[in-house]
Amino acid sequence: MIKYIIPLIIFFTLVGFFIRGLSLNPSYVPSPLIGKNIPNYELQDLENLENTIRSSDMLGNVSLLNVWATWCIECRNEHPFLVELSETTNIPIYGLNWKDNRSDALDWLQTLGDPYVSSAYDLTGEIAIDWGVYAAPETFLIGSDGIILYKHIAALTPEVWTKEFVPRILNDCRNEFCL
Amino acid sequence: MIPEIGQFSLIIAFFLSLTMAIYPIVGSLLNKKELLLYARPMAIGQFFFIMISFFSLAISFLLSDFTVSYVTYNSNTSLPFFYKFSAIWGGHEGSLLLWLTILSVWTLLVSLFTKKLPERYISLVLGVLGIISSSLLIFTLLTSNPFERLLLPVSDGNDLNPLLQDPAMVMHPPILYIGYVGFSVPFAFAVAALLDGKLEKGWASWMTPWTVASWVFLTLGITLGSWWAYYELGWGGWWFWDPVENASFMPWLAGTALIHSLQVTKTRGLFKSWTILLAILAFSLSLLGTFLVRSGILISVHAFATDPQRGIFILALLSLISGGALFLYAFRARTIKDEGSFDLVSRESFLLINNILLIVSVLVILIGTLYPLFLDALGMGKISVGPPYFNLVFIIPMIPLSLFLGIGMHASWKKTSLSKLINKLSLLVLLSIIFGYLILDFTFGVSNFLTLIGFILGLWIILSSISKPAEYIFSNKLKISNFTNKLWGMTVSHFGMGIFIIGVTITSTYSIETDRSARVGDSWDVGIYSFTFDDLRSVSGPNYEAQEAAISVFNGNNLITQLLPQKRIYSVQQSPMTEADIDNRLARDIFVALGEPLGDGSWSLRVQIKPLIRFIWLGAIIMALGGLISISRSLSESVRNKYD
Repeated sequence: MIKYIIPLIIFFTLVGFFIRGLSLNPSYVPSPLIGKNIPNYELQDLENLENTIRSSDMLGNVSLLNVWATWCIECRNEHPFLVELSETTNIPIYGLNWKDNRSDALDWLQTLGDPYVSSAYDLTGEIAIDWGVYAAPETFLIGSDGIILYKHIAALTPEVWTKEFVPRILNDCRNEFCL
Repeated sequence: MIPEIGQFSLIIAFFLSLTMAIYPIVGSLLNKKELLLYARPMAIGQFFFIMISFFSLAISFLLSDFTVSYVTYNSNTSLPFFYKFSAIWGGHEGSLLLWLTILSVWTLLVSLFTKKLPERYISLVLGVLGIISSSLLIFTLLTSNPFERLLLPVSDGNDLNPLLQDPAMVMHPPILYIGYVGFSVPFAFAVAALLDGKLEKGWASWMTPWTVASWVFLTLGITLGSWWAYYELGWGGWWFWDPVENASFMPWLAGTALIHSLQVTKTRGLFKSWTILLAILAFSLSLLGTFLVRSGILISVHAFATDPQRGIFILALLSLISGGALFLYAFRARTIKDEGSFDLVSRESFLLINNILLIVSVLVILIGTLYPLFLDALGMGKISVGPPYFNLVFIIPMIPLSLFLGIGMHASWKKTSLSKLINKLSLLVLLSIIFGYLILDFTFGVSNFLTLIGFILGLWIILSSISKPAEYIFSNKLKISNFTNKLWGMTVSHFGMGIFIIGVTITSTYSIETDRSARVGDSWDVGIYSFTFDDLRSVSGPNYEAQEAAISVFNGNNLITQLLPQKRIYSVQQSPMTEADIDNRLARDIFVALGEPLGDGSWSLRVQIKPLIRFIWLGAIIMALGGLISISRSLSESVRNKYD
């Protein structure tokens, strides 16, 4: 009587998929923006609302765009490493302050140090949508010609930096002063 | 010391449950009666030691013992007292202990309230429960020990996830788990019957109260969860088709199918192997729920604790428990024969249709929930399946289900004359259509066809439910005193289902949802109501700081209420939380949530008017009440037997 065996077969097919599923990383989401030009934006400067920050500011150098906010705990863990990067490398780090309280954000930069060349103030989260931001923190690696080379979700760590960022930076670099 | 007592008790409980698993099953295979007698004492012993373990963890939380890793990660000295208690199930380890505690209570109840059943059979049931219990205990001890100490003590804890710091969340997990875990009892009854190779006479009646009781708790648990998501997540939605919600809804649907199939098996001796399969399915889906939530293979807003290593272990458990049961089913189910037959037009047919439609709904939800995983596993990319899919595919089986539900209630067993059925119901059908159209037209206005269908179907279910006792009252042949609790249960539950459908239909069509920015002093209109932003102030709670807006709601010139939505920042985790404020009446909710500050003193606000949204939860509660009524007799009888 084959019909009594069917549930068993369905069940073990499912289990097979689960086993495969467990070895996949759900937080690995490839960005469709990789290899494309950076989305254009114009935003107010967090530190001086009179200033406008444009995406074109990032052209000319290999640079990083880091999405951060004061409500994000992982950003706080990530922050010392960004400060270290800003002191030890030539790579400009641009900040995108995402859906945040401005005075808190300024306070944060004051107390924890400011690794950013400038931080764009994205209160509504509109620009973050253009960039396909899932959650803070996220870091984009942008080539000197404005092509997005890589995107990292979650805190940037020294391991990720050496493994994923450094080789790509060296590959894109046109002079010896990139790192 | 206390955590060590807890852990040691858990180890003792493991050996007791292992004994409970092995002795009765070996005893029945080898026909050694003395081995069967071990089952009940082991169930009592297991209960006792798991309780000690549970209360050890509770005491560690109440004393804020931050040498215990799990307490440190889920509590904080400034956490209010009752949240310290509910923090026990704020994470993976404690949830698992709660799961085990509830299983030990169910097992204890089975061992106490089944004295009249054949010893050999009930020992097998306890044996199956012992397999479940021992495998989850070893899982807890090896991978998820809640009593693990920290090597370096800390001064204060990480605090409980602010999302869970809510009165409904104190209640929701235990009630939901009582339902989830309760399905282990019908599962054990089914597997024991397969092990035994035959269905004892009365098998379905023994199983029914346990199944319905679990179903009642699951219904209430899901309702509470939906209500919590509505006011706590700040989106104003009541169901999101989130994987974790689906994980609780699938066992509910399977359990509903099981209750209906049990009626056929009980009354007519039919659908036996199908009933067994549904009992296996309901509990397997409960386990799958645990698996989906805990393993992290599916991302979800609700997945609070995720860890792939544990996933492998849970998968092994699932294969052992469900796979084992289905393996037995594959080879033993054919020996179980149905008695008798039924006509095409009969209550059996309608219950069969009900079962098919419910299982189709389970399958479409299962597919939607797992589809992203399948694609990913086959290397075809990452996608997510959202509400548009679920709303559509779920409505398709629900429409015929609602229609046949009303007819099935009035059909008789075995054979019903079609012309009599038509005579009886054509008036009700006509009334539902006419009144459905008129009422909707007068109140909200008929705006689209699907809404009209939904409203008419809701009304149809309500009318066909009410007409069942009405028939007994007004008929010459039938007496209302013959209207049994079981019939009342059916009537009430189906009535609740009608209320629920009307609530869902009206809320999803006629809600007004607006997002706007406003500053203190602004006034605006939404629907027939006017809103005024009176004030914005800072308030502080025991472990959070908040911005609170005061917003007056007027209907014309009459002040209805002042709503006080908050934006909270919890001190330890620094995470912002939206506390919506809601003015609720039976006819409508006014929902206001405070969004983000937009600079220059203005804030984003979410204002929603939700007509009849209370009908959704009210309907679900009535359904649960109906379940309770239907088993009230067997409950009171078994308690009386116990103490006579």
